[in-house]
Amino acid sequence: MTKLSRRALIRTGLAAGAAVAATRCASPKAEAPSGTPANPATSPEVNTNQTKDVTLRLIGTGVSQINEIRKKAEEDLGFKIETRALSTEENNQIAITQPGQYDLFDGEYFSLPLVVPSGNLQPIDISKIKEFANIVPIFTENKFDGAKVENAQGTYPYKVMYVKDQDSKEFASEATGWATLIPFQYNADTLGYRPDLVGGTKITSWAQLFDPEFKGKTSILDIPSIGIMDAAMVTESAGLVKFGDKGNMTKAEIDQVTDILKEQKKNGQFRAFWKTFDESVNLMSSGEVVLQSMWSPAVTAVRSKGVECIYAPLKEGYRAWGGGVGLSKNLSGIQLDAAYEYLNWMLDGWMGAFLGRQGYYSAVPENAQKFMSPAEWDFWYEGKPAAEDMVDPFGKTLEKKGAVRDGGSFKERMGNVVVWNSTMEEQVYLVKKWNEFIAS
Amino acid sequence: MTKTWKTYQPYALALPQTLVFLLFLILPILMIGLVSFWQFNGYAMVREFTLGNYTDIFTSNVYVSTYLNTFKYVLLVWFFCLAIAFPVAYFLAFHIQNQSLQIILFLVCTVPFWTSNIIRMISWIPVLGKEGLINSLLMHLNLVQEPVTWLLYSDFAVVLGMVHLYSFFMIAPIFNSMMRIERNLITAAEDMGASGWQILREVILPLSAPGIAIGSIFVVTLVMGEYVTVRLMGGGQSASVGKLIQTQIGSLQYPLAAANAVILLIVTLILVIGILRVVDIRKEL
Repeated sequence: MTKLSRRALIRTGLAAGAAVAATRCASPKAEAPSGTPANPATSPEVNTNQTKDVTLRLIGTGVSQINEIRKKAEEDLGFKIETRALSTEENNQIAITQPGQYDLFDGEYFSLPLVVPSGNLQPIDISKIKEFANIVPIFTENKFDGAKVENAQGTYPYKVMYVKDQDSKEFASEATGWATLIPFQYNADTLGYRPDLVGGTKITSWAQLFDPEFKGKTSILDIPSIGIMDAAMVTESAGLVKFGDKGNMTKAEIDQVTDILKEQKKNGQFRAFWKTFDESVNLMSSGEVVLQSMWSPAVTAVRSKGVECIYAPLKEGYRAWGGGVGLSKNLSGIQLDAAYEYLNWMLDGWMGAFLGRQGYYSAVPENAQKFMSPAEWDFWYEGKPAAEDMVDPFGKTLEKKGAVRDGGSFKERMGNVVVWNSTMEEQVYLVKKWNEFIAS
Repeated sequence: MTKTWKTYQPYALALPQTLVFLLFLILPILMIGLVSFWQFNGYAMVREFTLGNYTDIFTSNVYVSTYLNTFKYVLLVWFFCLAIAFPVAYFLAFHIQNQSLQIILFLVCTVPFWTSNIIRMISWIPVLGKEGLINSLLMHLNLVQEPVTWLLYSDFAVVLGMVHLYSFFMIAPIFNSMMRIERNLITAAEDMGASGWQILREVILPLSAPGIAIGSIFVVTLVMGEYVTVRLMGGGQSASVGKLIQTQIGSLQYPLAAANAVILLIVTLILVIGILRVVDIRKEL
């Protein structure tokens, strides 16, 4: 055993201390003069491709759900996009109450009467949107070759498309240079049904949702702003209620509709109500429900499980919805430029084609056409029989060769829209009455 | 110096917990209380005082019937949870002599909790649905001609779903109480000539009452605020207070939802106080 003297211990201790001190001092951080490669100076950075360091945060219900679109956009645009997929309700809540959480807002037109007054969106300068003039005129002018859709009720996109000027929170009744959202997807919704389970009955009218034949086998969606419009279509076509304007009901009209709904519920007409896309798919594919209000991709999802499902074109017309992307008020400088680049990219066609293969319509169909095969274009937009199997962007076969799209062509389907999803002046009252219906 | 530290020590030890409670429990509840007196329009809260949210609730028969419906669920779920939990706990505590087997079987009771709540509920659909297991069995045996529809999307389904979810919260505290019962008491009762039924009623039941009370508090408070099960198992057709609040939040009607939350809190507290009045659970703690 070595004998450690007190002196030796001190000596070793001192040496160790000195060694530590020396290494500390010798670290390049302290030694290298500022500006040398070992210690670069923090001088202003010069960057030619400025937007490459930008990250845009996108919240929404539509594109934000699809990773392939985000990846393609990042690849084409060179900056980062973070997406958050939300439900319609959460999306509106965040848009209104937490403006610091997002840069781009992907939402529906009917949510705008709630979101725009909050001042959390900044109007879009349409002169910076290259393809603005080519957007389907349903959005920009409320025109569509004189078709029915021009007189559609509800929160139709044109009604909330423009604000008065750059800092305005008020909608303009005429086109201005300042838009709220740039549309990227929209569709005409109707009732879906199981042809194998409706007993040979043809579904041709909204009124059939209340047909006693389907007692205990129907469903309606439980989102007030959308469900009430389906209910309005049903009650109006059944001749039970006469509306002044379905998209902006009076309290008395809301009372009438909800009373009828309550009565139908008491009689056991409904099997269930659904709130999410998945629920509607499950209800239909499990056979719990044979006829219900549905969204177009949900019908596709049921079919892709090998279950027959028809998206019935009804004689009264369609209920439509439209989705677009808006800019957060927080955006400025390079970030704002990047956001405009994104909006322009959105109308470029690639995304329109991608969504088109799932049955959604693009804001600039001619651009989407460039990215679709002639067979795809003919099937989805022209209503012609499929010249080959229709495959969605994820590789799933949606339709076999020879199939025809329910409802026909773009013109026929969008032209026959009679009502849009709505936020009414009596929104608070509507939600109250809707709750009563659900609770009854 | 040391003396003063001794006096303050308990306070110092309690301080972190107190702060956490104040910050994350009391403060949010006060905020909810405050918001419940605000007004609102379609999209935003208006910071102006109103009693309107409360008068709305107390004058509408929808709220009354929703509360009654919620109470109905509470009562049914509580009853069935107790009816299942008491025998299970009894079996575990008194009939299984091997301690490791006891622990294993107790863990088996927690198995349903190894998957997510939502999955557990969704998995009922292929069992109870129109084309589900039970219905296809009934149809094959020719017991029914048409599928039975009240199995799913009904009050039955809601109660079934909640009993499935919550019975464990009853089993655990009752089991715990029973394990603490002095075995000599039972032997003594046997020596005095008590029958098995008498022992159960006069010895075990009173001594496991605190466990039953704690379990009841869990079940009652959970069911009072329940909305996911009510929506999924009720097919959106059944109403509960929690679901009502959820719809209001979804429609941005925060003040009205806050007022409902305050009332729900008060009603639930009254129920809990009622349970504590009947049974002294301090024995257990």
